[in-house]
Amino acid sequence: MSSPTTAGPAAADRLEVDLGSSRGRVLRRLLRDRSGLAGTVLVALVVLAALLAPLLAPHPPTQVHFETPFQVPRTVGFWLGTDDLGRDVLSRILYGLRASLQVGVLAVVLSVVVGTPLGLAAGYWRGLDVVVSRLTDVVLAFPFLVLAVGLAAIRGASLGNAALALGVAHVPQVIRVVRAETLRLRGSEYVLAARSMDASGVRVLATHVLPNAVPSIVVQATVIVPAVVIGEALLSFLGLGIQPPTPSLGIMLSDAQQYIFRAPTAALFPGLAIVLVCLAFNLFGDALRDALDHGGNR
Amino acid sequence: MARFLISRLGQSVVTLLLASVVVFAGVRALPGDPALAAAGEEATPEALAAVRADLGLDQPVWVQYWRFLTSALSGDLGTSVRTGTPVTELIGATLPVTLWLSLYAVLLALVLGLATGVVAAVRRGTWAEAGVNGLSLLGLSVPSFWLGLLAILYLAVGLGWFPASGYVSPAEDPLRALHHLTLPAVVLGAGTAAVVMRQTRASMLQNLSADYVRTARAKGASRSSVVLRFALRNSLVVVVTLVGLQLGGLISGAVVTERIFGLPGFGKLTLDSVFSRDYPVIEGVVLVVTLAYVVINLAVDLLYTVLDPRIRVSGGAR
Repeated sequence: MSSPTTAGPAAADRLEVDLGSSRGRVLRRLLRDRSGLAGTVLVALVVLAALLAPLLAPHPPTQVHFETPFQVPRTVGFWLGTDDLGRDVLSRILYGLRASLQVGVLAVVLSVVVGTPLGLAAGYWRGLDVVVSRLTDVVLAFPFLVLAVGLAAIRGASLGNAALALGVAHVPQVIRVVRAETLRLRGSEYVLAARSMDASGVRVLATHVLPNAVPSIVVQATVIVPAVVIGEALLSFLGLGIQPPTPSLGIMLSDAQQYIFRAPTAALFPGLAIVLVCLAFNLFGDALRDALDHGGNR
Repeated sequence: MARFLISRLGQSVVTLLLASVVVFAGVRALPGDPALAAAGEEATPEALAAVRADLGLDQPVWVQYWRFLTSALSGDLGTSVRTGTPVTELIGATLPVTLWLSLYAVLLALVLGLATGVVAAVRRGTWAEAGVNGLSLLGLSVPSFWLGLLAILYLAVGLGWFPASGYVSPAEDPLRALHHLTLPAVVLGAGTAAVVMRQTRASMLQNLSADYVRTARAKGASRSSVVLRFALRNSLVVVVTLVGLQLGGLISGAVVTERIFGLPGFGKLTLDSVFSRDYPVIEGVVLVVTLAYVVINLAVDLLYTVLDPRIRVSGGAR
């Protein structure tokens, strides 16, 4: 059970080696925990299902079968049944999962890329803190739905705009976490040492604070994914996100609402898929936080 | 204490001003001409110009902003371009619905979240803790609108326990109102309940292992009094902040919940106004939301000082 070595260049410096071995420790701790193992396996399964949707889906997701609408689950050929147009529910869920995760990844990348520098700056320079914190308050006060609706009105409803709105809405969370980490780290001895050697603020942040804030950022990112997946489904449900005929879990639910009494299961499975994705990432995020908290690299 | 209050009030005013600029600029970035919307597609250029002058749209932007700000401060938010009704009237008619709904949802979330959180912390390592943890994970993972669909399908239509839609004002008929609002409130509050439960459990565990709790036990305080009077009270500080922070999410949630259950609330007004590009209504709606957020944050900060006197000391003139 040696720690997995990072596949870095041979000339990896000491810092990278340190990070590598502590990463191995965290991974081992994560997989030893029962819910951590479950979360990791579930996340892997969900990501695989989304990536391999074209191979796994028994039918093209938009192919209509007018002769077989409202098939019940466990019908041969349509294991989760069909919707009002006879489209295969299982295939649509697999492709919907793909769209959900696409929005999730885009929004998380956006919120981390925007929020991290702002959080670092706010935590390090007290003058900036006031400005950034006020702006964070304003974004938090703004219901994200109003933002999403506005974006949809200006630029049209689409997957990209849903991701943009959801990404912006989660920037404050990243700012808060990174700011708190920066406040904690800026008083540490090695930061004081670097500052006493006349290192510039940007250099201190980039070489000493940011690397140590990475674990918290990763945990925050795993927590944002399920929130974004639910947000995307909600926007698409309201007609403000992904547009038909592209399959989305939210659109499937909004379609299903119209014939919910005729085919209740059509509303059941897309919802369960959302729950599964969110459960996977929430379990994984919780376990990751615990694994990192037990002193992985502190 | 006075200095603490004044500085917090100042911060709130800055936040509100910033928000008013964002709202004003954001609404003007929306495509579509409100004068055209008000005058109708077939309006002559002269009629259009008259409507534009009437709405003040021919003035420079900063004049428009100043007008918007001063009239908003005097309680005049303009009239709806679509229906001609004063915006304050529209908000006055819809806000109570959403306030009752949110209040009910937050109360349910607090009662459920605090009770289960305390149980999970006190009964650490038992099936009760595992069950509560599972429930809270589920609460975080279930999309509220899906929960709403299921509730309507099984509890309202299937079992007939609750009405599937409609609104009754609690001022008119409290019992029927409670009956109508229960499902929407449960749906809206489920996520918040899960968050409250997790935070309560975490803070309780931290507090229960603290020195002062051991001291209190050693001095003969009963277990239940230690749990309730010391640990829970200190855990409330974090929980109260968290609930304050959930407000923005609660408002977004109310939009969907009101849509699913057909409630004539503030969320419906928001969605309608954006879809019909009703500038004055959008502005009013967002300002009210921001004001609510700022006031609640202020209230949360004041509550802190009641729950945790140390904050009062360090925020004061020391």
